[in-house]
Amino acid sequence: MSAALAVAAFGLLGIGLYALLAERHLMKVIIALQIVEKGVLVALMAAGATAGQPGLGQSLAVTVIVTDTVVAVIALALGVQVRRRFGTLDLRALSTLKG
Amino acid sequence: MSYVWLAVGTLICAAGAIRARNLLYSALWLAGTSAFVAIALYAAGARQAAVIELSVGAGLVTVLLVFAIGVTGLETMEGPPLLPVSLLWSLVLVPLVLLAVLTLPLLSPFAGAGSQPLGLVLWQQRTLDVLVLIALIFVAALGMLGIAGGRR
Repeated sequence: MSAALAVAAFGLLGIGLYALLAERHLMKVIIALQIVEKGVLVALMAAGATAGQPGLGQSLAVTVIVTDTVVAVIALALGVQVRRRFGTLDLRALSTLKG
Repeated sequence: MSYVWLAVGTLICAAGAIRARNLLYSALWLAGTSAFVAIALYAAGARQAAVIELSVGAGLVTVLLVFAIGVTGLETMEGPPLLPVSLLWSLVLVPLVLLAVLTLPLLSPFAGAGSQPLGLVLWQQRTLDVLVLIALIFVAALGMLGIAGGRR
């Protein structure tokens, strides 16, 4: 069980990290953040199972779920405001804005 | 064996979320990823966390994503990635390999030490964390209202 969960965690972290670094669309970046969070969740459960403390792993997973949801809500609200004010969600275009 | 299929399903859905050209399909693939992670959590014994992940990750976040995509538009961007491809792959693979080298040898079969109930851990051992989370939720709600209600 732990090996399958560990491979899933590494895979999710890798996919999310690749998308975070490569994607230009702000919404895709937020989706990539969510994928990284799923990887962290799986890693916490695998760590809890390995350490013999699954209750602690589960409580940390609940904490991560709540915190990441808060981050997603704030990020989506910011994304909507960016789209309204600048008319684009292209990170490359946003980074060249001045003033 | 079922954990292998859960891991494969999770990774396929996550890859689909990134590869999809339509943002709505990306949000649905992400919901599938959350569902698979919730099933894996449930199968590993974390039943409360599985229910929370399914309702929040596959439910609330998906609804919020669909709403935000409906407001901002469905169009995606085609073009080169933000970083050079060689640098991109090295930045992704090097930390993953290091993580695997450091953590995989530590994996061992679960020793069955008897788990404590989630409520006991949250409210008695991690009371401060829970109070900080409650404050964070309120701060996030007020912050989101302030950001979303800003002048155009």
